[in-house]
Amino acid sequence: MTGAGIITALGRGWRSNAAGFRVGKAAFRPVQLFDVGRQRAKIAAEIDLPEDLPLNRLTPKKARRLNRAARMLLWAGSEAWEQSGWQSGGNLPVVLGTTSGEMALGEKYLSQAILSPRGYQRQATRIIYYQVQRQGLDLCDAVGIDGPVTIIANACASGSNAIGHAWELVRSGRAERVLTGGYDALCQLTYSGFDSLQALSPTPCRPFDANRTGLSLGEGAAVLALETLESARGRDAEILGEIIGYGAATDIHHLTQPHPEGDAAVMSMTSACQVAGVLPPQVDYLNAHGTATPHNDATEAIAINRWSGEAAAALRVSSTKASIGHLLGAAGAVEAVVCLMALREQWLPPECSLETIDPACQFQIVREPVNAQINIALSNSFGFGGANASLLFRRWM
Amino acid sequence: MSRVFLHGAGSVSPAGWGVPALRQVVADGQPLPVQAIARPGWENPLKVRSVPPPPERPAFLAHPRLRRVGAMTQHCIATALEALSGDIPDIQAGKTRLGIIVCMMAGGVTYSRRFFEDVLCDPATASPLLFPETVFNAPASHLAAFLGTTMINYTLVGDDGTFLQALALAADWLADDRVDGCVVLGTEEVDWIVADALRLFQRDNIYAGGAGAVYLKKTASPVELAMVTDAFLYTQGQSYQSAARQMRAQFREGGENELLFDSQSSEHTVWDHWYGQRLFLKPILGDAFAAATAWQCVAAHAALLANEVKAVNVSIVGANQQAIGARFCRA
Repeated sequence: MTGAGIITALGRGWRSNAAGFRVGKAAFRPVQLFDVGRQRAKIAAEIDLPEDLPLNRLTPKKARRLNRAARMLLWAGSEAWEQSGWQSGGNLPVVLGTTSGEMALGEKYLSQAILSPRGYQRQATRIIYYQVQRQGLDLCDAVGIDGPVTIIANACASGSNAIGHAWELVRSGRAERVLTGGYDALCQLTYSGFDSLQALSPTPCRPFDANRTGLSLGEGAAVLALETLESARGRDAEILGEIIGYGAATDIHHLTQPHPEGDAAVMSMTSACQVAGVLPPQVDYLNAHGTATPHNDATEAIAINRWSGEAAAALRVSSTKASIGHLLGAAGAVEAVVCLMALREQWLPPECSLETIDPACQFQIVREPVNAQINIALSNSFGFGGANASLLFRRWM
Repeated sequence: MSRVFLHGAGSVSPAGWGVPALRQVVADGQPLPVQAIARPGWENPLKVRSVPPPPERPAFLAHPRLRRVGAMTQHCIATALEALSGDIPDIQAGKTRLGIIVCMMAGGVTYSRRFFEDVLCDPATASPLLFPETVFNAPASHLAAFLGTTMINYTLVGDDGTFLQALALAADWLADDRVDGCVVLGTEEVDWIVADALRLFQRDNIYAGGAGAVYLKKTASPVELAMVTDAFLYTQGQSYQSAARQMRAQFREGGENELLFDSQSSEHTVWDHWYGQRLFLKPILGDAFAAATAWQCVAAHAALLANEVKAVNVSIVGANQQAIGARFCRA
């Protein structure tokens, strides 16, 4: 990894996010983007998105038409691009994960089509910019590359699947460099969806707390620049860290509920470690999926216990969703950058809101800001439809 | 690309359920009849080409996961089962590691529209039964559950060309020994909201629904996936015409006994010098984005299996993302 970009409710860019994650700052506030008056939950980790855009190669007309998700993606993508030192031009694969792309535009389209069916004003533009491939193309245009673009929509594992796929492209020699990540913006459909499932917590989420009451949603984007070691060294680029493993598996238990024993989660963690030749005791930190729903955390705890075995007692775990909420398709990408930050700066992101640790956790939950010597970090992402993905990172020294 | 072979194909289309129905309408070459679909606020309905009802209720609907699924998932399961046919017992027994890739552009819009209508009415009473089915990867998840396969499973979203990207990805998984076989599906479903949207861009196109699937393995079979071209994006610096030309340049000149499937009239110019047979299925079946590309590949497989031609080129100039092509040949 030679470039990393991130935008969350904690802020824009590496520095402000690292500062927030390091101390376990929580970034929730009442939802302002849409009306939640009739919802059970009323908070989310919203981003204060700047009006301007980072330096880019988009035509002014195109830049004006970018909406919330695309703008977040552009902020993260530009930061990663600039840090990587890559030059514009040529074919460079882009692999992105998202669950809903620019869904807020889709909502406007649907609203107008349903409530004012004879009014077609702006509808064509909404259709164009709603589609997820459009955001991928806009990122390509913004940094001046020709793709190809692959969009993986594997629910809340999308971001990790995208990075994992990108890593496999580089590792197999099919690509020398890949720009990859995930993004999702808050929207009413998704918010109402999780609320309808009674999965949203009225208060900021508390992953792995015995008295947790559900998840909190957030929004954001993260992008990584991946390249072969030869390519990075050939450019004398600063190497931020290394991806050393990726595992993916499908939980076939239920569309929205994980297998009670976490079979697929164990499989994805084990697979990521096997690819890397790493054993659980060598993993210093695990960034859990940890959504804070009663079912998901219980299952993930069982899965981590099973996967780590006797190493569980020494394993340090946290879910950074306690700070920024669940970013859905962006979650795996943002949490990958959090792992990278922890490895680079040698600290562990705490969950300061945790009150009573769920007794199912046989591992240590990081509750206080702490400096730590860590060399290997694992990140879990588990989504609807049983999409399970794990990424393994190593400190670059 | 290491050698990859097609071991089966499946189709659910406006032509009917199964590859023979698709083959028949391709052979007839006559546009299928259109159906009317109501559009709120308008007296005149929209025209679509829907999948006709199955000859009998599919047995797979008795599976606990599939009782409430929508048309898109039903079509995906039916096409996958047709494509996988003889390998199903080994997949279900865990002897064959099956990868799944499902491609779509509009996705499961019916559930999304119905759920959002609930939200517009009153978000507090929106149906929790609908929401999980709105996620793009619901069909892929149901298919995996039905087959009992826990291997890698991706849902790719993009324009018509995405199905061919997925073929290349499947070939990579096979080459890397990630899986023993991979079923690649393209699917879309008919809903007035998409049919209405399509009118804003392609007034003459008739929206269609359904699914198509091909099953790839490394072991030899009579039909080989010979090549997938690079994907050429429509960017600020590259028009779709230029992308189409670049895609075309990666194919060699066609021989007499070769067939070309192209995807829209605007790309005919890049194939001006094609002397083999050519077929353009959208006027016959309708425009179904990822499913339409899948049907072309399914028809290619069928034509090669029947030894009607020795090679088939599938050329896709997608709706709004990329130009990409694939070549299939007799092994």
